[in-house]
Amino acid sequence: MGAWIMAGVTFREAARKRILWTALIVGVAFLAVFGAALHYQMADFAVRATIPFLRYQILSAMLLIGLYVVDLLAVLMTILTSIETVSGEIASGTIHAIATKPMARWQLLLGKWLGSAVMVLAFVTLTFGGTMVVAWWIGGVVPEHPLQGLLLVALECLLALAVTFAAGTWCSTLTNGVIVLGLFGLAFLGGWLEQMSGFTESARLMTIGIVTSLIMPSEALWRRAVFEMQSPLAGALPFSPFATVSIPSGTMIGYAGVYLLAALGVAVWHFQRRDL
Amino acid sequence: MSQPPTLAIETRDLRKEYGRKVAVSRLSLAVRRGSIFGFLGPNGAGKSTSIKMLLGLVKPTSGFARVLGAPAGDVETRRQIGFLPEHFRFYDWLTPAELLALHGRLSGLSRARVRERVPALLDLVGLTPHRDRRLGTFSKGMLQRAGLAQALIHEPALVFLDEPTSGLDPVGRRLVRDIIRGQRDRGATVFLNSHLLSEVEVTCDQVVFIREGEVVAARDLHAAGDDRIGVLARTGPLSDATVAGLAAWAGEVTRDGEELRLTARSADVLPAILRHLVGSGADVYAFTPVRTSLEDQFLRIVGEDRGL
Repeated sequence: MGAWIMAGVTFREAARKRILWTALIVGVAFLAVFGAALHYQMADFAVRATIPFLRYQILSAMLLIGLYVVDLLAVLMTILTSIETVSGEIASGTIHAIATKPMARWQLLLGKWLGSAVMVLAFVTLTFGGTMVVAWWIGGVVPEHPLQGLLLVALECLLALAVTFAAGTWCSTLTNGVIVLGLFGLAFLGGWLEQMSGFTESARLMTIGIVTSLIMPSEALWRRAVFEMQSPLAGALPFSPFATVSIPSGTMIGYAGVYLLAALGVAVWHFQRRDL
Repeated sequence: MSQPPTLAIETRDLRKEYGRKVAVSRLSLAVRRGSIFGFLGPNGAGKSTSIKMLLGLVKPTSGFARVLGAPAGDVETRRQIGFLPEHFRFYDWLTPAELLALHGRLSGLSRARVRERVPALLDLVGLTPHRDRRLGTFSKGMLQRAGLAQALIHEPALVFLDEPTSGLDPVGRRLVRDIIRGQRDRGATVFLNSHLLSEVEVTCDQVVFIREGEVVAARDLHAAGDDRIGVLARTGPLSDATVAGLAAWAGEVTRDGEELRLTARSADVLPAILRHLVGSGADVYAFTPVRTSLEDQFLRIVGEDRGL
């Protein structure tokens, strides 16, 4: 019961403090720019009489660029909006009047995580889904497997949320931000190195890429999402965020799921034990 | 059915270390059910850490603590506990009515019971006219009232109040005092940590003084034979004989310029002291009874230079 109440409070907090609405305004602004770009591209196609095959490939690539930006935006929004949820309340003492209520601490923490997760999923669904709808409406282009892509990006954001919560039970808000953004930066670098290893056939680069994916599998989720959604032309660009030279395996996706649960487990375990 | 224990709080040799720093060294307490218990000590004496241990926010390094008959921190027992933290922080985007509803629900009250209790509590702390304003717009005193209300929303058997009058004006302090007494009247135990010794003295049944995380003195404020009362007077010049003559009714007489301080045996002798001063020919500009004995004791125990 306590967990559901905390989930509701956390979600309402995001709405009342205008975090959710500000994030959505940013998302809508992005969709407007993306839609305008597609619109003018379509106009250019008409003027130049571009052949349908090339037209489709270009629009598909533009769609993936849009989805890539949404992915980055969603991960950053997830981290920035949840960075204070645990560490901030511990530092300010807000947690004291709450943690002395008749509910176990795991309920308090998981309730907050659930509330944040609903907010994040709403943001991802609206922006990611919105990008797809805009692309279909203006350009008539649809990604290969939109649902798989959406689910993988949602999993990436939930992973970011779990890691932010876990670090938040240990560190101050600022340190938490440095750690989580650092981990995501590392994963980003590892993803590129792994792509490059596929192109240069360097086993050592591949190993570094895999190890960084094991340390933080977020980028692997995005690359798998690209693989699911990409057009052949976009996939053929070897040094782009849409390249699929090295495709993360199903095992890596499973690992990311286990990683998420483990991060939540660590968060609960430490929050239960620590002094407040 | 078993009888509830007579002690609301019982601790023995409770200790908390943070690395090499000892926050609470050996805290032993016995708080009677239905009493108002004052927990006094200078800054850094370990009061807040002790309260956090009793509430389960901080895990003791060693020692024994039972609260309402259960180990300190027991989740189910918290249904019967209310807590106003020293620095009450809150979700400032809530209105006071929403804050109380949230804390009521978290305390295990049904929605129907919350609907009954919220207006009653807002009324009790004088926030009914502000029930729909966001807490972020409240003054410190109004926030303190909201914090007090959240601690009482579920009619707890034991209430921890950590500096409840902090930020309150005299009207607010009087309100808090009345509320605390009201809690005792309905049978609740109140554990009060306050720096305002005058408040503690008129409110509490028992007090303990702690220093360096250990009880160094305890006092029952309702014990027979301790009706001493301080007096602060402002007078013209007094002869040595007049000052010496005060010993018939008072002790600890000190003179500093126009200011005369003494501790009378009881309030009954105050007219005799005043007659003695006026009868000796002294001009008396002010004569104010002040229950300073607790403050005196506090200063004696903790030392005047340690800061309150």
